Amino acid sequence: MTASSTTANATTAPAILEVRDLTIEFATRRGTVRAIEHVDISLAKGETLGIVGESGSGKSVTSYAVMRILDRAGRIAEGSIMYSGIDVVAADDQELRDLRGREMAMIFQNPRAALNPIRQVGRQIEDVLLEHVQTTRAEAKQKAVEALQQVRIARPEERYHAYPFELSGGMCQRIVIALALACRPQLLIADEPTTGLDVTTQKAVMDLVVELTRERAMSTILITHDLGLAATYCDRIVVMEKGKVVETALSKDIFRNPAHPYTRRLMRATPRPGAGLRDLLPLETATAPLPAPTPSTGEVLLRVEGLVKEYPRQDTNGMFSKFFGGKQKEAEAPFRAVDNIGFEVRRGETVGLVGESGCGKSTTSMMVMRLLDPTSGKITFAGDDISALPARDFATNPMRRRLQMVFQDPTESLNPRFTAARSIAAPILRGETMSRDALRARCEELAGLVGLPVEFLDRLPHQLSGGQKARVGIARALALNPDLVILDEPTAALDVSVQAVVLNLLQDLKIRLGMSYLFVSHDLHVVRLLCDRVIVMRSGKIVEAGTAEQVLEAPTAEYTRQLIEAIPHPPV
Amino acid sequence: MTTLSEAPAETKKPAASGIMAMVRHTQYVLAENPVTAGSFALFVAFLIAAILGPSIVPYDPLASNTMAALQAPSAQHWFGTDQLGRDIFSRVIVATRLDMTIAIASVVLVFILGGFAGIAAGFYGGWTDRIIGRISDTIMAFPLFVLAMGIVAALGNTVTNIVVATAIINFPLYARLARSEANIRREAGFVHAARLSGNSDPRILLCFILPNIMPLMMVQISLTMGYAILNAAGLSFIGLGVRPPTPEWGIMVAEGAAFIVSGEWWIAFFPGVALMLAVFCFNLLGDGLRDIVDPQRRT
Repeated sequence: MTASSTTANATTAPAILEVRDLTIEFATRRGTVRAIEHVDISLAKGETLGIVGESGSGKSVTSYAVMRILDRAGRIAEGSIMYSGIDVVAADDQELRDLRGREMAMIFQNPRAALNPIRQVGRQIEDVLLEHVQTTRAEAKQKAVEALQQVRIARPEERYHAYPFELSGGMCQRIVIALALACRPQLLIADEPTTGLDVTTQKAVMDLVVELTRERAMSTILITHDLGLAATYCDRIVVMEKGKVVETALSKDIFRNPAHPYTRRLMRATPRPGAGLRDLLPLETATAPLPAPTPSTGEVLLRVEGLVKEYPRQDTNGMFSKFFGGKQKEAEAPFRAVDNIGFEVRRGETVGLVGESGCGKSTTSMMVMRLLDPTSGKITFAGDDISALPARDFATNPMRRRLQMVFQDPTESLNPRFTAARSIAAPILRGETMSRDALRARCEELAGLVGLPVEFLDRLPHQLSGGQKARVGIARALALNPDLVILDEPTAALDVSVQAVVLNLLQDLKIRLGMSYLFVSHDLHVVRLLCDRVIVMRSGKIVEAGTAEQVLEAPTAEYTRQLIEAIPHPPV
Repeated sequence: MTTLSEAPAETKKPAASGIMAMVRHTQYVLAENPVTAGSFALFVAFLIAAILGPSIVPYDPLASNTMAALQAPSAQHWFGTDQLGRDIFSRVIVATRLDMTIAIASVVLVFILGGFAGIAAGFYGGWTDRIIGRISDTIMAFPLFVLAMGIVAALGNTVTNIVVATAIINFPLYARLARSEANIRREAGFVHAARLSGNSDPRILLCFILPNIMPLMMVQISLTMGYAILNAAGLSFIGLGVRPPTPEWGIMVAEGAAFIVSGEWWIAFFPGVALMLAVFCFNLLGDGLRDIVDPQRRT
């Protein structure tokens, strides 16, 4: 291994977990594939260890191996895993059952998927307690309520009876933490515990995990793709690349003095204050400096006025009362997802729309894109009122070509049965008739524009990587030379190094083709890099708007301040 | 329809290599999964029997020969002869065509009707969904075989009506499957993207959603094929549908049933085995078909 400079000062306490020379193989159609190779990790009692890496680096596989929950195709080919004197590799099912839950516990990425959807959360905690004989049936309920209390859930007696779908994502993750910690395990493995959560929720959840584990002198492994998060909460960081550990260092050292080139690349690619778009790209790639942006002509391309979207509330009158003439409750006021907002996008400008989940930013972008009908309000695009046309008919309107969108999830937004070329060509085919050769040429031109190698054009989406799929999505949006492109968190599903490339690409394209962007995101760092002006939304309303610098450096609204503070900052 | 033909034209080049990939993929699936390979071989055998049946059998399936009535299986009559001296082997082989035709026609019919109704219900929701859903519920409320009997009895004893009846009783299966699958994909990113490209709703249904739910529908098709054969044979068995002396597995079992007590087991046994193998074959084929059709399994 390249870096073991810190092994001397890393372990003062005895190691609770020792992973030595671990190699894991997966049997696939093309023979066996090594997911991780010769991985060494040691974890001291009471230590918090971060495993950082991009997708496919083997960080999750490593932790699954420690819990022995690899799926059937996976096999530990070599190496040993010792957990406080127990050989995990050789342990039989009975021993493993005792280990899991009582000694080691795990928090998964998607809290909602990790909970049984049809069982009250309190009962789920009881189940774990009873399974590991931590309590008697008589006091189970009381213990479960205590467990809820410990994860700072307000009104735990009431929440005990709640079902997972009644709770927010952050709440669900707290329940999962309560479940994991119920039997007072010695080792907690958290696999991307906050990836689907908002920044403010992320901060609350991570603070809670750290506090609880510290209180109980537990050891924690935090698996994440976010260097900033790992550096904020971990004592030591292991960086993995392609199944190998490339660097192990104390987190306070790794930022000051990253030893391995991959760590340096990863750190460069992480958006941070004080770094421009080009600073994210690796040093080796010679890139032309950003062309000077053509000054915005000031011509207003998109104007949104008094936009409102209301949804009817869930019908709370039961079926029975309806049928049998029971007393009907008063009809509640409809839920306002977007509440009377207005803004402008000028030609050649990028406007950021920022907010946490549920703030109405996606609803707004869907309405502007005319995929959704607003309840009231006016959307003027290039001088024409486009909100007058129902969304259903807008698909065939000539204006459609000038408004395009890049979607959040590059995988889900491509038809799994279309090749890349066919996905890119789909918008062109709707508008005009073109010979096959001309169409192919146009596809290749677009692929060149977004940096997608031409030979990938004939592949299906599942044969492309995340970054390549993102490029196909962008090429498709550009195929019709639109005036306005809505970018709906275009890099949220991508690794940081890919994100850096895609963000640069988007900026270059904007300047070259003279488009305007409406950039929807929850990541303020990314917004700062790309946007001229920023709009911050909360519960359907605009709380702050201004130039990017103004909003991010000197926010006036309290909420914006909270958002900025919640972002984990690497200790630079 | 002119617009429809454009998209495939564009992908003609990759399609050529796509066919090769498909063949390679099929080979892989069959090699990996011997059960699928076995059912595939059986299916091919049934197909050959259905197409070439009448021209390869040793005897005329309708010619009776009272001299050779009720003979046990022998080298001359492989499956024996029935009470009129007709060769059972020839009759079983020739019957394949009729049974297959009924099964395939009814499955194609129900795939078109149920599949499209279901996709529309799932995609549009609202009243479309409610009406199609209630029609399905109404059909499901009857014992299905009794419903099929009723339909054939009311419409008349013809092959067409057997096809129609079989299609009607399978309608809810297809409608519900297609509905739930279309419903999941209604809000998928690629559907929004298709709308952004200027595709109208019917086009999205046909070109974007339908191909994506095909793998699941294939499994359903294969399963209902077996069921449709059983249903057609069942109707003939109780005297509805195909009438004697037409060779048909259901009738042959019905005719032979009376002779089992007296020891002439072969009359009912061999058509019964053919029936069982056909149902068996289609059920097993379903799994393999899904693997072949699903592009995600192709690497």
